[in-house]
Amino acid sequence: MPAVVPEAPIQGSPADGGSAAGPTIRIATADRETPSVSSGSVIELHDLSCYYGEFRAVRNVDLTVEKQRITALIGPSGCGKSTLLRTVNRMNDLVPSFRIDGRIMLDQQDLYGKDVDPVEVRRRVGMVFQKPNPFPKSIWENVAFGAKINGYKGNLDELVERSLRRAALWDDVKDKLKQSGMALSGGQQQRLCIARTIAIEPEVILMDEPCSALDPRSTLQIEELMAELKKDYTIVIVTHNMQQAARASDTTIFMTMGDDRAGHVIEQGETVQIFTNPREQLTEDYVSGRFG
Amino acid sequence: MTASTVPASPPAFQPALARRRLTGTLFYGACLTAIAVLLIALVMLLYDVLAKGLPWLDWDFLTGVPSRRPERAGILPAIVGSLEIAIIVAVTAFPIGIAAAIYLAEYAGDSRITRLLETNISNLAGVPSIIYGILGLALFVRVLGLGPTVLAGALTLSLLILPVVIIASIEAIKAVPQAQREGAYALGATRWQMVRGAVLPGAAPGIMTGIILAMARAIGEAAPLLLIGAFTFVTFMPNPFGGGYTVLPLQVFGWISRPQADFQGIAAATIIVMLVMIFFLNALALIIRARLSRNIQW
Repeated sequence: MPAVVPEAPIQGSPADGGSAAGPTIRIATADRETPSVSSGSVIELHDLSCYYGEFRAVRNVDLTVEKQRITALIGPSGCGKSTLLRTVNRMNDLVPSFRIDGRIMLDQQDLYGKDVDPVEVRRRVGMVFQKPNPFPKSIWENVAFGAKINGYKGNLDELVERSLRRAALWDDVKDKLKQSGMALSGGQQQRLCIARTIAIEPEVILMDEPCSALDPRSTLQIEELMAELKKDYTIVIVTHNMQQAARASDTTIFMTMGDDRAGHVIEQGETVQIFTNPREQLTEDYVSGRFG
Repeated sequence: MTASTVPASPPAFQPALARRRLTGTLFYGACLTAIAVLLIALVMLLYDVLAKGLPWLDWDFLTGVPSRRPERAGILPAIVGSLEIAIIVAVTAFPIGIAAAIYLAEYAGDSRITRLLETNISNLAGVPSIIYGILGLALFVRVLGLGPTVLAGALTLSLLILPVVIIASIEAIKAVPQAQREGAYALGATRWQMVRGAVLPGAAPGIMTGIILAMARAIGEAAPLLLIGAFTFVTFMPNPFGGGYTVLPLQVFGWISRPQADFQGIAAATIIVMLVMIFFLNALALIIRARLSRNIQW
């Protein structure tokens, strides 16, 4: 699109690069309405339906998740938010009767393509769970585990320290790296789980209600951490807490379920717009607390 | 005052607090009686064995070989035989048992066939040990031609304790929360990496418990070994792969069936040695277990 510059008068002088850039920038800024960091989409769902056996849990979802932003999935219980999230890193492959229709693209690659190994998908798409689930190993081993199994060749000590620092946990645990990860408090355990996820350098981090088992103070710490992490990572978070979605996310997707109990997307938009000026009546009812 | 401030109970409730407390007290008493019966029996048994056996227990008894004269008899061949059996059982039954449990719990899936297998393995744990003796005689001694050796005896005892090892390991593996498996998978683990990194560390203490019980049983068994050709009178150190052997429980059996009182005494002394061996074995296993469960809290 920027290449189309009809009145470019300087095609004869390639040395004059400065003036050629002028109209390009002008057109680009005029074209975009949102001034935020320009970002491409990293995940695209095309007409995605999810089934557990005969039961259709999610139907016909089309949506995009943009790079280096926090996307919140909200909606009433049982509307398929978690199913959708766990489909993106092929976690649902572990459920024998699970299957999908449609496509999920990660950086233009079909995640359910024939030659795609779900093990590799899960390294590229990390996941943090509802309840902190550190391994029954030392803090150091918890962070190093993912790197080890994925054949990390660098210095593990450095990786562990870097990951713990990025997860805002280093100062709490630097003197007790040999202690059990399970001896930490709930909020620290969840940050440990985030540290072990970013240690394998995923492209996307999925968070499935990561704060639902935490107290408000730990919740706030996780939210601050997410804001810090989105500089490098794309984050998708499922949450039941609407204040959390409003506070912490850039984009919000509202899902609900129809009469057939299949979840579907009602509305996707900037978080501010979803919470202040939703296009759909169902969204407004939900975010204002009249339903769900 | 009480009558006016406390509202009368609604007629629907009949608290009968005194009777409920009495029921609780009776149940507590029943449990206490049960443990007392157990303890009294144990103490009497120990007292009897110690009183008869301790006078006979000295260094010469531990390092000597059996003799027709009780005052010169020793039990070193039986101790060595038992240790050889224990080592061979450990290196055969434990890897096979744990691997079978991992297969059934992590790989096989929850099908009807899996459940049938598990039920049958549980039943095998209840089969009388003499039956395993018949199997060992036919399979190891005759068909595989191992002869009446320590190896054949140990393999027979391995079969005997495999069900215990498998069932305990399956229970321990199933007790590991599903969230642990998901956590490992979410980091890009293959199934084996998930089992190795998340399931086994969590299941290890429970598996150790099964192993302790199984090992104690293997060391205490006499009947199947008697059937497959172990001796009760051996004056040489057993070679694990050839020649005769005996083990501590068989030594006890051999001496206790003699009429003279002195043989009863050295049989009791042998029992003391067995008890001490099993005690140390269990202590070692408990220490390992404590180390393994250091990191686990769920």
